[in-house]
Amino acid sequence: MTEYETHDYDVIVIGAGGAGLRAAIEAKDRGLRTALICKSLLGKAHTVMAEGGVAAAMGNVYAEDSWQVHFRDTMRGGKMLNNWRMAQLHAMESPDRVQELEAWGALFDRTTDGRILQRDFGGHRYARLAHVGDRTGLELIRTLQQRAVAMDIDVFMECKILRLLSDADGVVSGAVGYWRATGEMVVFSARSTVIATGGAGKSWKYTSNSWECTGDGHAMSLWAGADLIDMECVQFHPTGMVWPLSVRGILVTEGVRGDGGVLRNSEGKRFMFEYVADMFRAETAESEEEADRWYEDHSAGRRPPELLPRDEVARAINTEVKSGRGTPHGGVFLDIASRRSAEVIRRRLPSMYHQFMELAGVDITHEPMEVGPTCHYIMGGVRVDAETAAATVPGLFVAGEAAGGMHGSNRLGGNSLSDLLVFGRRAGIGASDFATGRSGQVVPNQAEIDRTVDEALAPFTRDEGENPYQVHHDLQDTMQTLVGIIRTQSELDEALEKLDELTSRASRVAVGGGRSYNPGWNLATDLPAMLTVSRCVTLGARDRRESRGGHTREDFPNADPEFGKVNLVQRQPSGGGMDEEIKIGPEPIPEMPDELKALFEETH
Amino acid sequence: MADDVTMRVWRGDADGGDFAEFTLPAQEGEVVLDVIHRIQATEAGDLACRWNCKAGKCGSCSAEINGRPRLMCMTRMDQLPEGPVTVAPMRTFPIIRDLVTDVSFNFEVAKSVPAFAPPPRPEEGYRMAQIDIERGQEFRKCIECFMCQDVCHVIRDHEDNKPQYAGPRFFIRYAELEMHPLDTNDRRELLRQQGGLGMCNITKCCTEVCPEHIKITDNAIIPMKERVVDATYDPVAWLGRKILRRKKATPQQAVTHGA
Repeated sequence: MTEYETHDYDVIVIGAGGAGLRAAIEAKDRGLRTALICKSLLGKAHTVMAEGGVAAAMGNVYAEDSWQVHFRDTMRGGKMLNNWRMAQLHAMESPDRVQELEAWGALFDRTTDGRILQRDFGGHRYARLAHVGDRTGLELIRTLQQRAVAMDIDVFMECKILRLLSDADGVVSGAVGYWRATGEMVVFSARSTVIATGGAGKSWKYTSNSWECTGDGHAMSLWAGADLIDMECVQFHPTGMVWPLSVRGILVTEGVRGDGGVLRNSEGKRFMFEYVADMFRAETAESEEEADRWYEDHSAGRRPPELLPRDEVARAINTEVKSGRGTPHGGVFLDIASRRSAEVIRRRLPSMYHQFMELAGVDITHEPMEVGPTCHYIMGGVRVDAETAAATVPGLFVAGEAAGGMHGSNRLGGNSLSDLLVFGRRAGIGASDFATGRSGQVVPNQAEIDRTVDEALAPFTRDEGENPYQVHHDLQDTMQTLVGIIRTQSELDEALEKLDELTSRASRVAVGGGRSYNPGWNLATDLPAMLTVSRCVTLGARDRRESRGGHTREDFPNADPEFGKVNLVQRQPSGGGMDEEIKIGPEPIPEMPDELKALFEETH
Repeated sequence: MADDVTMRVWRGDADGGDFAEFTLPAQEGEVVLDVIHRIQATEAGDLACRWNCKAGKCGSCSAEINGRPRLMCMTRMDQLPEGPVTVAPMRTFPIIRDLVTDVSFNFEVAKSVPAFAPPPRPEEGYRMAQIDIERGQEFRKCIECFMCQDVCHVIRDHEDNKPQYAGPRFFIRYAELEMHPLDTNDRRELLRQQGGLGMCNITKCCTEVCPEHIKITDNAIIPMKERVVDATYDPVAWLGRKILRRKKATPQQAVTHGA
């Protein structure tokens, strides 16, 4: 039998982006023995990539902003599929979470009277995003990281978690994984386990996500018997770089549009005016003149259509390119050069300036950018209790992108960083309370440990087999072409067949070299989660026979009110791991109380 | 553009190693990290390198490219001179494998910097003027690629200096806290003794390699050297600073500056 080291904690947090860090800080602050485990070095998680800001109705720029308006914007942006209670808690608590960061050392950009400055973003009625230029994610993760270091939280870096462990009663009781530096196995036993592993974009070819975003937490939760909801809802951010090919997919912040940038097709036309859905018509400008007035004063005109929610803009760009009005490299133009001074652009968007200058040789203060949709965020995730972030299996708590419900079928920009803070904290509280109340010795299932270790090491025992890089490449091709921004029945059926094939190939991967820092082997151990999550997205996309938010069906182009009342829930009832069939079916979404429903009737 | 690119990549571990040569077809617009990834996918699946965002934002993929510390994800192949491209791990840190080094030294130093200590938060939130936080914001652009630490000769070739030297990355951290309008800690003596600020002789190598273009030497190290000297040797300046600092922290002052 393989040897492994063991660690015992009250609370383990898997993932050290914004949500994981915030959860660990909360648990540690409550006096629990807390461990933070991350696949990369501390401070490198994907949160660092967030650019535009953190949404919080502080009312520093528009005093008329309130949690009610933020709540309403979030629900409408999510096409009402959101868990209303999560959206409400999020809107109510995010201002406190932002203020708290400032007390921990964050330096947000300021208003002229010295308060936190807020910027405009798509789908938000008022300028609401607290920010630091276009590197807000870095500020957020560094602040939380420095707080965690000051609190002396135990951090396990470059440690890949493979599976959650249960005890004899089915209570989640820790996790098993390995150190990437040595390849040695490690087992954590814990009274509570928090999953904050982020997204799953690495299954698509053009994505803004880093290598880490392989859906580990989604898959491990499912394998442990937890419910996933609405996995078909995947956000394609409208503006990723399209050229050079090697950087295709890298994010171009929505802040470019918030600060005055406009989208034009190859004919020079501001095409977004043609794509205003009825739901947003009353609050969207009808002419360029009106839209431009709005940038100066929000009461002088209505919002520019470039700032519609991301799903609307991404679909519009997709249509323009498919209709032959795209740029030379297959995108559309994002122009801020002709609209703002070079000095303003460099000050407001410094990292965009450098990104285009250094990677594409484009000076965004003089030329337009070429942009197109890129896989960015998964709204679907583990079904959680809004108050405690508890999953549907005991002992497991989930926060951030790995959790579902908060964003419905489409997330508004800026709502992710606030989500991390609000529900990271709540998961920390939920996990702490559960750990405190759990009695007796925590004994993870030995058979689960042994099986996981054997499976993980199997690629070394095969003399020849599939190349993990090739399997990953083919998975990305499959998901990009068959389960991308626009979906249809025949392609989804084809995708499911291909996923069967890829799963079988993944079970035969062989790797060379040793266990110490071996990226080929590391990728081989990421493949099971990527394949499981890809299957869940495809199954959900097949069964949701309508178009809503981040899920668009060519064969069912309209929203169906009946589908608007349900989550598509996926589970493996006996927690049987990868081999067990995934069950999928609709279940009613929680109904909003009347006083919140009234918020949607008051306006317009 | 040439048809092929030749990469000389250092391979090995703590016990030693050597450069291995790989020749691949060139592709338009690629950065060094793209070529490393193609080598992994085809010829050397176990070639170790650290990376995350591939957009110059996370600071994971630091390496010495043709002898100069750079981010692999932000170094375009077509901007390097013709001929083989050499990629080696950062020299200042112990090798784990291939291009991956053990950078834990930096995480240990981070623990030794006393945390930000603001006064209690007023009901309506803190007030700070933009002009008063801009220097701190410059330092907080740091992506912790640790290339400034790598290139700093105080520790690059002198392992024995590491225990008493924080390095440029942490000099800007000290400076950020020292210049924060709300902070109440005084870390100057600590920076002099434990941080070893005096050992820096301002050759500006750190500033030259910083991918975020932070003016480490001019805006952090030199002002901090002056402040340390003031605090240690000049009672008049020390008194003057005490008064200035107190003024800067009041909300009224912030409002005046911002107006």
